[in-house]
Amino acid sequence: MIGKLKSMTLAALAGSALFGLSACSEVPQVTVYEQGEYRGKPDTRPWEGSAFNGDRAAWEKALRERARGQSEYNRIQ
Amino acid sequence: MGRMKFLCDAERCIECNGCVTACKNEHEVPWGVNRRRVVTMNDGVPGERSISVACMHCSDAPCMAVCPTDCFYKTEDGVVLHDKDKCIGCGYCFYACPFGAPQFPNGPAAFGARGKMDKCTFCAGGPEETGSAAEYEKYGSNRLAEGKLPLCAEMCSTKALLAGDANVVADIFRERVLRRGTGAEVWGWDAAYGGGERKREREHKREGQS
Repeated sequence: MIGKLKSMTLAALAGSALFGLSACSEVPQVTVYEQGEYRGKPDTRPWEGSAFNGDRAAWEKALRERARGQSEYNRIQ
Repeated sequence: MGRMKFLCDAERCIECNGCVTACKNEHEVPWGVNRRRVVTMNDGVPGERSISVACMHCSDAPCMAVCPTDCFYKTEDGVVLHDKDKCIGCGYCFYACPFGAPQFPNGPAAFGARGKMDKCTFCAGGPEETGSAAEYEKYGSNRLAEGKLPLCAEMCSTKALLAGDANVVADIFRERVLRRGTGAEVWGWDAAYGGGERKREREHKREGQS
């Protein structure tokens, strides 16, 4: 009876010691960043609207001309 | 097509706020939301400089990186846009943005009560049918799809604010700086962190002045 009690006490002590020591373990704390991905609705491209009907080259040309027109030096040439 | 960019020439900006008004009117932006604003450095001091600031459509946008719902996307032309249906109004993008571009209709309210984030779209609308009422209501007009540039830049009376493909904008600015012989440094490191004012004091040459 006494031997059984002793072994139970020993087991309880060993268990609590293990539990206590587990707090000393090293947990990795370096964040691993993950690349996010767009999760919203898909959007159409600007040249796919009714104004250009998918003609990307025409859209790019129109925008380039418009951007170049911002320079008064280009406009007076 | 490369990257769409804004560039504000601080030597030309006269703080007229025409860009701010044009943006507000074009997109019917509500009160309290300013997609674009004019910032003046050394206001009232001789040599003050103004710049028009909005979303700069960063190549590596921090707002995209911090968004917990991943509602941001970048178009093929380098325009940073977002899906308002996914936005939860957390405000992370506002803290991440170095330009203060993200705006919230309910101001500095608590999380969730701020409303959906609103920002400059480079007049490119959003993820709704191009030219639809839904797109206009949520994101404003889609001028880019009509082959037009953002209205703020098109409206600028002194052409201080330039918009368009980065290469074209850079060419215009480069030619301008070469012709006037100064003013290339004002929208850079020196202007933000000091040194630029002293440099300008040394170089008195200004366009149209002897």
